[in-house]
Amino acid sequence: MTSLATSLLLHAEEGAEHAVELSNGGLLAELAWLIPMVPLVLMFGVLFFGKRLPGKGWELAEFSMLFVAVYGVALFIANANTGIHYEGAIEIATVGSLVLEWGWMVDGLSIMMYTVIGVVGLAVFTYSKGYMEGDIRYTGFFANFTLFTAGMLVLVSAPNLLQLIVGWELVGVASYLLIGHYWEDHENNAAAIKAFITNKVADVGLLIGVIIIAVTVGSFRFSDVLEAIANADSGLIQVAFWAGLALFIGAMGKSAQFPFHVWLPDAMAGPTPVSSLMHAATMVTAGVYLLGRMFPLYQNELFAVDVKVIIIIVGALTLFLMGLIALVQDDIKKVLAYSTLSQLGYMTVAMGAGAYTAGLFHLFTHAFFKSPLFLAAGSVIHAVHSNNMSDMGGLRKYMPSTYWTFIIGSLALAGIFPLSGFWSKDEILASLRYDAGHGGGAVASVVLIVAIAGAFITALYMARAVYLTFFGEYKGEAHPHESPKIMTYPLIGLAVLAAVAGFSNMPGIFTGFTDWVGARIIVMGDHHAAAIDFLLAGAGLAAAAAGIAVGTRLWRRDRDTQEARDTFRIPMLYPLLERKYYIDDFYLRGIVNPTKGPIARAIDWSNTYVLDGVVNGVGAGAGLMARIVYHGIDQRGIDLAINAAAAATGQAGEQLRYTTTGRVQQYAWALFAGTILLVVGFLIFN
Amino acid sequence: MIVNQFLVLAALLFSIGIYGVLVRRNAVLVLLSVELMLTAVNINLVAFGAFLQDELLAGQVFALFVIAVAAAEVGIGLAIVVLIFRNRSSANIDELNLLKW
Repeated sequence: MTSLATSLLLHAEEGAEHAVELSNGGLLAELAWLIPMVPLVLMFGVLFFGKRLPGKGWELAEFSMLFVAVYGVALFIANANTGIHYEGAIEIATVGSLVLEWGWMVDGLSIMMYTVIGVVGLAVFTYSKGYMEGDIRYTGFFANFTLFTAGMLVLVSAPNLLQLIVGWELVGVASYLLIGHYWEDHENNAAAIKAFITNKVADVGLLIGVIIIAVTVGSFRFSDVLEAIANADSGLIQVAFWAGLALFIGAMGKSAQFPFHVWLPDAMAGPTPVSSLMHAATMVTAGVYLLGRMFPLYQNELFAVDVKVIIIIVGALTLFLMGLIALVQDDIKKVLAYSTLSQLGYMTVAMGAGAYTAGLFHLFTHAFFKSPLFLAAGSVIHAVHSNNMSDMGGLRKYMPSTYWTFIIGSLALAGIFPLSGFWSKDEILASLRYDAGHGGGAVASVVLIVAIAGAFITALYMARAVYLTFFGEYKGEAHPHESPKIMTYPLIGLAVLAAVAGFSNMPGIFTGFTDWVGARIIVMGDHHAAAIDFLLAGAGLAAAAAGIAVGTRLWRRDRDTQEARDTFRIPMLYPLLERKYYIDDFYLRGIVNPTKGPIARAIDWSNTYVLDGVVNGVGAGAGLMARIVYHGIDQRGIDLAINAAAAATGQAGEQLRYTTTGRVQQYAWALFAGTILLVVGFLIFN
Repeated sequence: MIVNQFLVLAALLFSIGIYGVLVRRNAVLVLLSVELMLTAVNINLVAFGAFLQDELLAGQVFALFVIAVAAAEVGIGLAIVVLIFRNRSSANIDELNLLKW
């Protein structure tokens, strides 16, 4: 492994200062297979015995999350002391030269994910007990929810691409079940199917990428793939671009990047805790995680470095366009959903700019500020029985805890100093600036400006959400009330994390996070700013402050209707945003409807007349053939021959029976004559 | 030791036996002719056994086996002949053509 590290150090420009000093993590890492297994097993417990338990299965789900959180934090602390790298594997089967393994990866990246999933999951599961109270499918919900988390844990614990796909699909299935939780409403079903199918389309990319890599390298293992990259494997170099692109398409689906983003806002049809966990820790982070896992493939100059341009452009498009849509949404959850898309765009941009740490750092902080935002939104929805902000307003007075956590989350999301979003966004901006001077070129410079503009938009839509929800007069029907403690406590806990998570990586002061996720067998070779870039941080902060100021100006005054409140209506842009750039319409009219309409009809026609014709023709032909064979060949040919043979045998017997005279001495004569003949024959021919 | 005279004797005995079997009408004589043939074979066996100086005396031992089998065979054969004679008051083989068609 040391030779591997040194060979990668050659490719690493600035990453060299983080020397790789890894421990194997001891018993804690050896038993880390429990992390995905405990939720997976308890999921069945919830499913089969949940209804008979006093807590209706919630306690099992909660215990599994508690276990993951505690284990994750324990690993996190151990990893902070000495970087851990451990790969466990159990061989399941051998097919030819391919070895199928179930394994568990314990390194900086996966430990970070375990911790985030565990901690956020624990808070969300606790919250769900209050939120889902009285739901008719309460137990089933927790079974699905546990499966969802377990699938994500399988995904991040995977030391090989095959197991990653297993987790990837488990997450996909569980998300389908959870989005369609309220399946009585047809819309929710449609949203679930949309999420599933959109993901499936992108999954084809992932599959192709995995197949290309596995066939070229001859192994599914990440360590083997990364070693091939470190050794500049010539076979892999040739396919690197396509493999990298295909993997990125897979990542685009799960991480909801433009143009695969359409499923994520619709996924809001699920219960709010699902949205919270889906947007913070599981599912949408999978794509960014995959990019982080395969980072050297994109970073190494010999390999898929060209894909980085595509990644950064897709990320920038997502971050900017989706942020704008958030400005016109009335559904509070959809505002947050588009915000998530925008933030995922930031993470993708960071990966595209070659900033491994910055991208994962934003994933880390985003998990901690987006989850309380969603949980607070859920708390509001729980109180006013509506998702629409036009039914809210003035809730500050009724729900103080929810209000404050939402404010903290919003400020962190907007990137206000010193909350967590500030640090991670600043790191991304710094990486973009560095990339603009080192190979990223003009694209990175433009994306840097887009990212700063994105910070402005982020602050603007969050200001809008805060003002419309918590300020002004209450417009709804129900009587708002603060949520029970089981819902507010997790909120407060997460809000605290949202405030402080950023301190784990402050350039020049404390860069713990960089080392934590850097604990891998290879050096990532990404750039780390030595100190805070005050100009850039100031620009980001100024953009955010300007966004809040403009937002205050626009939405501080209370209006009666949604129309009147969105005073910024720009003639051409507003309808475009309201229709979400017509992308959904395009998919519906351009792909879904033609598929459902003309193409389906054409296929039906060809099925009825062409395929059925062929099949019926074959059937009729076979019948005809059978008749010919029966009457012609069987009855007249074969039967005739057999009957003739039988008759001939009978005739011959009839003739030959007279040779059987019954005279013993005649037989003896024949015997003797035969013997003589044989003897004579042998004498002659031998 | 010269084996020829024994072989000539055996061949003559065998030929006489064959003749008897094929030509005689009386069933008892046919059985006797069969015994002649067996005796011819026995003479051959003993003659070759002595000629080849076999330490295991396989020829002689085998001749003993043949004598034993021949005794059994003649016993059964004569019994059948006696039964046929009782049934049909004749031991003429030409009349015993029941085993036909």
